[in-house]
Amino acid sequence: MKPPAAPFRIDVEALSSFLPSRALRGWHGILILALFLASLAVATAHAQSGGGGGPRSPLSTLIEWIPFILRGFLLNLGMSFLAMAIATVLGIGLGLLQLSRTRFLSAPAWLVTHLFRNSPWLVILFVVMLLVPFELELPGGGIFIMSDWLKATFAFSLPVMANVSEIVRGAIVSIPKGQWESAESLAFTHGQTLRWIILPQCVKRAIPPWMNWYALLAMATPMASILGVREAVGNAQAAMEAAGARPELLVPFYLFLLLLFFAYIYPISIWTRMIERKYAVES
Amino acid sequence: MPLVSVRDVHKSFGKLEVLRGVSMDVKKGEVVCIIGPSGSGKSTLIRCINGLNDIQRGSILVEGQEVNDPKLDKLALRKKVGIVFQQYNLFPHKTALENVMMAPVKVLKEPKREVEARARALIAKVRLSGKEDVYPGHLSGGQQQRVAIARSLAMRPDVMLFDEVTAALDPETVKEVLLTIKELAAEGMTCILVTHEMGFAREVADHVYFTDRGVIVEHGPPEELFTEARDERTRRFLSQIF
Repeated sequence: MKPPAAPFRIDVEALSSFLPSRALRGWHGILILALFLASLAVATAHAQSGGGGGPRSPLSTLIEWIPFILRGFLLNLGMSFLAMAIATVLGIGLGLLQLSRTRFLSAPAWLVTHLFRNSPWLVILFVVMLLVPFELELPGGGIFIMSDWLKATFAFSLPVMANVSEIVRGAIVSIPKGQWESAESLAFTHGQTLRWIILPQCVKRAIPPWMNWYALLAMATPMASILGVREAVGNAQAAMEAAGARPELLVPFYLFLLLLFFAYIYPISIWTRMIERKYAVES
Repeated sequence: MPLVSVRDVHKSFGKLEVLRGVSMDVKKGEVVCIIGPSGSGKSTLIRCINGLNDIQRGSILVEGQEVNDPKLDKLALRKKVGIVFQQYNLFPHKTALENVMMAPVKVLKEPKREVEARARALIAKVRLSGKEDVYPGHLSGGQQQRVAIARSLAMRPDVMLFDEVTAALDPETVKEVLLTIKELAAEGMTCILVTHEMGFAREVADHVYFTDRGVIVEHGPPEELFTEARDERTRRFLSQIF
């Protein structure tokens, strides 16, 4: 039986068909980035050989600041990993609660899922910034400082959590009823059936959409720069400021950021598509 | 005392009355076939026997235990009653051997090594030696159905229910599944089958029930029912089949 297509799935297949060539592979993204960096190096060398005492060229300024921007990018990666971990754990729990036979559990889970699935991430980010206190008092008496990047990470995890919740719910209901019945006839309890028979079958179905949401999450992390988090975009802006805020810096800096994120995320979406195909063939 | 005793069972899905006062007795070691047109309630009846469907009225006793009891220990019932479905319903993420081993290991908590020996013997019994490590997706329908039979037998049931187990199979694989059931019956396993295989019912059954529109129209030994049916509906049904 073919599982029903999840309504929230980003159609990687359709998106990629807009690309000039279907043969474009993950390593092409890295190649493009490498070419860009090489051309930067050439341009810089050129600028330095011919340059006198005037202001440095935009490209050599960029190259000078790249290590700083990459340090910021590490924070983007860290935030995306942590937010995904939180979203996965909470999302699985929420998805299971949505299917609970007790309305007191399923109704709130449904509400939370749909609230965060259908709100702009930026608004969620602002709400979390305003509502989560700067310091959290731990039960032991200690104090945990909620720095801005942690708050932002938590904020980003919420919409992803809601979507993971739907992925889990969708995967579970797409398992044929016969699986529940045969497990029940073999004296499995509800919990045992879920643990040993239903959830293991859900993993395969859930991985491609889960990876899609990771890609979206990683792309959303620069929003944290609005709140002053020093990730890649925030650092790039700070660097441009430090270099004299010259307007000609804007295009190379933002193009670099574009390619940086593209080089990281495009291979993920290629990989997702490969896994999706592999599973489609197997089942 | 009969092993399975069904008394005046009524079952409806919403307004649709599927069983309207059905009674039957199945003795230990007996093979009973239930035949009848589609929608006559045959499948519903055997699904009620292992508690997959609940009933509104009447009584079903399995070894003296009332199935229609809210305090019923379903685990105890399902250890006694095995069922095989039309659609096999094997666990696709587990190999044939793992499918057979799963319930005794996870539900009954029996030692793995012991269960594995038993499971291998059961797979050999349904003539699938060599297929232990194959996933259901790579088995034919008939092979999957025989794994499903072995899986059910691994729980050491006292009675086996077969719900149109050959209806979804290719004609050439029907035979091998029926052969497995026949061998099981010859060993003295109590079997209740819902089937459209009239030749099989005639050959193997000790008793045949003909159902139509939620009631048992008539029943008797196969030679009697198939050659000198008393009821007009039975005769019409059989004449359409043969």
